[in-house]
Amino acid sequence: MTDTTQNPETDPLPRRRSRFRATLVRDRKAQAGLAVLILFVIGAVFAPLLSPFDPNAMTLDMMSGLSWTHPLGTDDLGRDLLSRILHGTRVSLFIGISTVGIALAIGIALGLVAGYFGGWLDLLIMRYIDLQWAFPNFIIAVYLVAVFGTGLLNVIVALSLAFIDDFARVARSMTLSLREEQYVDAARTLGFSKGRTLFIHILPNAVAPIIVQATVSVSYAILGEASLSFLGLGVDAYTPTWGLILADGRGFITQAWWLGVFPGLAIMLVVLAINFVGDWLRDALDVRQAVGD
Amino acid sequence: MLRRLIGSVIVMWAVATLVFFMLRFVPGDPVAAMLADAGGPDEIAAMKRQLGLDRSLFVQYAIWFQNMLHGDLGASIYGSRAAVTDVLAEAIPRTLSLSLLAFVIALIIAVPAGILSATRRNSATDTTVSLLAFLGLSMPDFWLAILLIIVFAANLQWLPAIGYAPLADGLWPWLSHLILPAVAIGTAFSAIIARMIRSSLLEVLKSDYMRTARAKGLTPWMIMFGHALPNAMIPVITVIGIAFALLISGAVVVENVFAIKGLGRVLIEGILNRDYPVVQGAVLVVSAIFVFSNLIVDLLYGVIDPRIRLN
Repeated sequence: MTDTTQNPETDPLPRRRSRFRATLVRDRKAQAGLAVLILFVIGAVFAPLLSPFDPNAMTLDMMSGLSWTHPLGTDDLGRDLLSRILHGTRVSLFIGISTVGIALAIGIALGLVAGYFGGWLDLLIMRYIDLQWAFPNFIIAVYLVAVFGTGLLNVIVALSLAFIDDFARVARSMTLSLREEQYVDAARTLGFSKGRTLFIHILPNAVAPIIVQATVSVSYAILGEASLSFLGLGVDAYTPTWGLILADGRGFITQAWWLGVFPGLAIMLVVLAINFVGDWLRDALDVRQAVGD
Repeated sequence: MLRRLIGSVIVMWAVATLVFFMLRFVPGDPVAAMLADAGGPDEIAAMKRQLGLDRSLFVQYAIWFQNMLHGDLGASIYGSRAAVTDVLAEAIPRTLSLSLLAFVIALIIAVPAGILSATRRNSATDTTVSLLAFLGLSMPDFWLAILLIIVFAANLQWLPAIGYAPLADGLWPWLSHLILPAVAIGTAFSAIIARMIRSSLLEVLKSDYMRTARAKGLTPWMIMFGHALPNAMIPVITVIGIAFALLISGAVVVENVFAIKGLGRVLIEGILNRDYPVVQGAVLVVSAIFVFSNLIVDLLYGVIDPRIRLN
């Protein structure tokens, strides 16, 4: 208690770091989640090296069960399921992360501007955000794919736009409370520009809830992409994605159960791992229920 | 109350308008796509005249809006060319039966699970419920649907794998077709509600009036169902409103696994066939369901918690 070498008021970074470590050591779910995520990232990065076969190479070895040559079996066109799932990891993680990156950038900009400037700008932005908030993200993504069409870029755009409202709301509510803080007042009094006040003084202090929201959103984006692909509204019919592999295998699940089980297992493991890590971050960053799903 | 109602109507108008204009900005010409093989420029122009697409955008909007208010959403431009309202009238009861059953199944699982894990906090039961909730939240609903088909339809042959039977065919045929899809949709919902009930109940059990209830000598059963649970349900109900949206988006995907021609399947087929009148109609109906279920939850909230009504 009488530690004078480290004053938490002036030295928040080491405190936050030790809090990360302390909560991680206790949290077995988070440890498992991180381990699984690392495995999937390795799988995605080295997919071409790790895959035993070309994911799209058709063979006459159709719907054969699990074996040493095909650890997860083959599909109705004789393609190796393990290789297809490994390549699908790339698409899933890429879309999950890029989608949230775009949604985060646009959403935070909107939320900061609305919260800081107030007035008619706030009214205009928040009316739109509230409108979008009334609908589930996945439904918005489906609507947008209906308008833009399918394909990698369109799926990313549709999912990104669908997640903007979540970030805008978090950023706005943080800005509203931080705007009244004394150090923000001080920055204004010193004559710093509005942009500088927003990005140098307000944004860094709003980071914790945004990190938690982003983590949760990555899992939703991965689920969203898988659902779109499963419905035929995804990337395209040739790129193996988890949702598409499940959709392709759907007609054969009674003869070849592995086609219905493993691609979904991959989705579930990644999403579960992200949820475990998200839960730990919420704890470690001390973010209360400010973050909605 | 009145203001809330007017707000909902404005939201619906905004959605209808957005949908109309966004579909008009779609790259590519739907009429040219429709007549891909059969149409030269003359046929395309004639078709456009027939559909009113040669007039200005705002005239089109006014006509469309007027027709919509009269319950006319146009006709499908693909296959049977059925009236969109007929297609939707057939689809709506299916999606609503499915969502409602999913809702009931989810509550049957979530309420006891939430109570158990709150009253036996940090026990093995609590940990198990929490892990199962995490699993439920992480499992894609369409994958769960496939697993259920593999186990209960293909192997055990207890329930049908696809299709829908209207309630008029009898209770069991209707129910048996809906159980698997309803479980697939309801699982994630049930996980959210169970977690919510747990944390809300833990909060309530700490309160002074719980101590008073125990001091009065009430049985644990009466304390739980007479005092604790009703109060713990207040925050849960708002989440139910948000999560109801989850049920509908779940239905959109899962209907496609079970070949149930509800709103979801109509919407997705419409998109895949570029059948814009059908997409437009399905989007409107799905949106209306969200807007009005949110409205109902708001009103319900006032009924349950008098403090909100007074404000």
